[in-house]
Amino acid sequence: MTPALAVLAIALVTASGLPGLLLQRRPALGQALSCAALCAGSALGLAAAAIALFGGGGFAVSAPWHVPLGSLALRLDPLSALFLVPILGVPALGAVYGLSYFPQSRLGARAVRLQLYYGLITGSMALVALADNAMLFLVGWEVMAVAGFLLVLTDHEKAECQKAAFTYLAASHAGTFALFAFFCVVGSQRGSFDFAAWQGLSAAGRAGGWLYALLLVGFGSKAGLMPLHFWLPGAHSAAPSHVSALMSGVLLKTGIYGLLRTTGFFEAPPASWGMAVLALGAVSGVLGVGLALAQHDLKRLLAYHSVENIGIIAMGVGLALVGRARGEPALVFLGFAGGALHVVNHSLFKSLLFYGAGSVQHACHTRDIEHLGGLAKAMRATSFLFLVGAAAISGLPPLNGFVSEWLVALGALRAMDLPRGDAAAFAVLAAPALALIGGLASACFAKVQGTVFLGSPRSEHAAHARESPRAMLVPMGILAAACATIGLFPALLLPALRSAAAAWAGLPQAALAAPAARAAASAWWVSIVAAALLAGLAGLALLRRRVLRGPTPAAETWGCGFSAPTSRMQYTGSSFAEILTGRLAWVFFPRIRFRPPQGLFPRTASFTSEVPDTVLDLALSPALSFLARIALKVRAWYPTRIHFHAVLLLLGLVAILSWRLLWW
Amino acid sequence: MAAWIDMVFILVVVIDLFTLASSRLNAAIRAVALQGALLSVLPLLLASWEHEIGHVLLLSLGALAIKAIFIPWLMFRAIREAAIRREVEPIIGFVPSMILGGVGVALAFAFSRGLPLPSPERHAFLVPTALATVWTGLLLVVSRKKAVNQVLGFLMLENGVFVFGLLLAEFMPVMVEAGVLLDLFAAVFVMGIVMFHINREFSSLDTEKLTALKD
Amino acid sequence: MLLRALFQIGLFLLLPPLLLGVVNRTKALFAGRKGLPLLQAYYDLARLLRKGAVYSRTTTWTFRAGPAIGLASVAAAGLMLAVAGEPALVSFAGDFVLFAYLLALARFFTALAALDTGSSFEGMGAAREVSFASMAEPALFVSLIVLARATGTLSLSGMLGPGLAPAWSTAAPALLLAAISLYVVALAENARIPVDDPNTHLELTMIHEVMVLDHSGPDLAFILYGASLKLFLFGAILVRVVLGLRFESLLAAEAAFAAGMVGFAILVGVTESVMARLRLARVPQMLVGASVLSVFALVLLLR
Repeated sequence: MTPALAVLAIALVTASGLPGLLLQRRPALGQALSCAALCAGSALGLAAAAIALFGGGGFAVSAPWHVPLGSLALRLDPLSALFLVPILGVPALGAVYGLSYFPQSRLGARAVRLQLYYGLITGSMALVALADNAMLFLVGWEVMAVAGFLLVLTDHEKAECQKAAFTYLAASHAGTFALFAFFCVVGSQRGSFDFAAWQGLSAAGRAGGWLYALLLVGFGSKAGLMPLHFWLPGAHSAAPSHVSALMSGVLLKTGIYGLLRTTGFFEAPPASWGMAVLALGAVSGVLGVGLALAQHDLKRLLAYHSVENIGIIAMGVGLALVGRARGEPALVFLGFAGGALHVVNHSLFKSLLFYGAGSVQHACHTRDIEHLGGLAKAMRATSFLFLVGAAAISGLPPLNGFVSEWLVALGALRAMDLPRGDAAAFAVLAAPALALIGGLASACFAKVQGTVFLGSPRSEHAAHARESPRAMLVPMGILAAACATIGLFPALLLPALRSAAAAWAGLPQAALAAPAARAAASAWWVSIVAAALLAGLAGLALLRRRVLRGPTPAAETWGCGFSAPTSRMQYTGSSFAEILTGRLAWVFFPRIRFRPPQGLFPRTASFTSEVPDTVLDLALSPALSFLARIALKVRAWYPTRIHFHAVLLLLGLVAILSWRLLWW
Repeated sequence: MAAWIDMVFILVVVIDLFTLASSRLNAAIRAVALQGALLSVLPLLLASWEHEIGHVLLLSLGALAIKAIFIPWLMFRAIREAAIRREVEPIIGFVPSMILGGVGVALAFAFSRGLPLPSPERHAFLVPTALATVWTGLLLVVSRKKAVNQVLGFLMLENGVFVFGLLLAEFMPVMVEAGVLLDLFAAVFVMGIVMFHINREFSSLDTEKLTALKD
Repeated sequence: MLLRALFQIGLFLLLPPLLLGVVNRTKALFAGRKGLPLLQAYYDLARLLRKGAVYSRTTTWTFRAGPAIGLASVAAAGLMLAVAGEPALVSFAGDFVLFAYLLALARFFTALAALDTGSSFEGMGAAREVSFASMAEPALFVSLIVLARATGTLSLSGMLGPGLAPAWSTAAPALLLAAISLYVVALAENARIPVDDPNTHLELTMIHEVMVLDHSGPDLAFILYGASLKLFLFGAILVRVVLGLRFESLLAAEAAFAAGMVGFAILVGVTESVMARLRLARVPQMLVGASVLSVFALVLLLR
């Protein structure tokens, strides 16, 4: 039954764009039917995932396929089921959000195209999670990449969108090239392209090292690990908000899924693999949040935070790999559970934040936080829900971000249990790195929440903002409720995480029982402290209400006696982040244009600062432009007549045939 | 006894890190003087009583006199003549140099066990402390702009080499000690002469001004 | 066992304002003044609770909720504190992570309340507070990890409990370095000189004081009380680390702890009277120095 559920879910989801296409005369109905189809498909898929995770009812089916080396092999084990939760859940909510954010009745063909590609990308991501054959995996991967490209190109007239989409496609294909290489090498080693035949790969020696490097490049570029993250900020800020939510919240996780699935094939991955991913994750985390602090485009900022959170997930995966190498079930469980739970958590709160950003852009027609402000009075619900997302992403208790970061930190602390003198014990330094990342993230989101929603409006648009329609608020509310639930009752998810960890590491479930039980006991204490926190808060609120019985007069904010305060006197986002970005100025190179006030009665002065992406704008673009110039010069040498090219082809054919005959 | 020797080594490393962080020249000179004093006590603590006690005592007193009294006095005279008080922001900044120093110390302590050394270790912290002090001294020489700080870096480098020398002291006692102390003396003499000339030429001890010498 | 834990929580909730009184009295003695009464902070709290409040027109519910959330978070963190070596009410593996993040929650909402007023003063204070706190977090974490490694447990009650005495005999240098680093973090987190001046109200020198400039009445009472609780939290950890002995009876342990806390308050007062406030550009150097010291201590224990 479950295979049928899963296949039906994929089919329904992929085809969900069709009602919008077919019913172009009745756009509202078409879009509503598309949304319903996507939600129905997601519900079926989530049911199948729940059965696999909680009921132990996974499956593996296979059917022949006419593609050479390929077979229609699908497998739903707890690892796939865990990843299916964000893959199917977030797009469904995005479709609901799109009903008001990107209505077909107003935007016509553009919305139809977006819905088509939206369904396609969701279906292909689900296929990637369920694929048990390398060819099927690659088909899903490619469709996902191309659908993502087309989605980023939704507003294709803008130069920003074109550039971002092309960078995304180029990076995606460079990564797929590495994946192709990996699959070909392993497939020819094992003689089959089915994942089932790939269990027990040897990780030894330099061959193993090269395979791992290919995996890191291929899946790391999709996931957005530094330094392969350069396509992320442009693509996520150029796309419409519910597409950005899908890309940030879900698309990046397919890279993590691929990394987990392929490292699961190896028999005994060495500890250096785990330490490499751990180090990359720590660097991505710190530099990602540092770059985010320097942004003032709301969606670009959120995109850099995705780089940071992928870094945290990578730290969890690295710890789990170290645990497998050293045979420590506690490390395996805690690292995997922290990383996998952060996958789910990040998809929840990042989507929430992107929907909030979309609502703000919808209301104020700008993404620049320096032109926003004071929106909490007009957009009360959006501001509250965005605050929940901001607190969650900063890892503050009692929300879900804290739980996954706590699990990863606990895993890092358990690395100290390794015997003395083991270099892998230095993995404990991941815990203070996590603390630094958390501190910087909460600083950045204090800046965002404060600059966008609090204070007073900095521009006309912000002053006339209005609350979003209900279709945009309901998905945000559902996501916020999910964040709060996971944060308050973390112990409920640990059994599912344990079965996924066992499935990945190839260990029996009983081997992870002890660390899981210890973690569950601690997780119930976390719930108790969270409950105490909420009770204390309620008590203080009551006390305050009783004590403040008289009228509370309103007045102006204290301005040290200055009698004409304006909204331009508030702290801006860049000023707020200046101390921290100054510390990190050796990593990114801000471009500052400063015209100071001149003379005794200055009329105008201006200050603009912009932080380009270090890898893209300072390394890759110049290098590639240089290569392009050389290529143009070489091309100028070619004679342009057709005969010359035909002669070249003939010579090439003759050369190949003679090589085959004479040397082979 | 073993706890005190531990403390001395760790205090030497903490002084390294403090010198990297301080911008006041007085404090830095006093720190290096204190480090020299601590190191002069080490031969006494580590001596394994087969050695003649008089010999070891002479070495300790000599090191104390030169490292902790004479050379700091020379440095204080130098900065009084040039009338400088503070170090300007060094080439790689205070915080990055502290972080680099910290990383060097951590790596030295973590991985020094794997080094192939000819003689048995007299104390577990000896080689890491020596490596850390040499690294810090080199960082100071490379990154500071004022000549006085560069001289301090060189002194710290020599302190690190002195700690290394304690490892070999059982094989070639007199040669090592005499060599180190003479080396130190010569270096400070040369540095003193150089500083005097730089100051006379530019009325300042900022080594950046040396670039004005090229045509 | 439960009664003892509840007694410790009672101590935690009642004593902290007295700590502020001792600090202020020490500073007054250094300055040659007679100083405020030791119980002044209690009188201040009672007075503020009786007062009304004025709210700025620019503010929203965030400003009104900020102080309550800050106080509730710090009080919840106190549930996990092991006072005088007794196990705390709540203790589990990794609870010090929750401890640190609850303090981060308090700081987040205080910064948001400051930004809510739309004033450049509060924005300045909030920017400095979150920046310096994020630089102090790694130092705090690594010091606690040094304690965890030295005692072999992962919970605060284990780290500050009976395992501390044997840890001092085997890992004394590392614990000493961690204690120094913890003291620097305590000064930074509680906005004491040399990081911030709790007495002035000039925006150039303020970090914490300016963030609460617009609060009044019960909100200000919550903030004052929360600040004293936070000082007590850090002081309790530091005192217990330094006084890592085993005591026979509960009375002896409590007496030693009380003496240690008074000593901590006097030390803070002396530091505030003797040192000048650092230039703001030097504060990151101090915090990074504390982190480097504690990482060095950790490497000593891991090698």
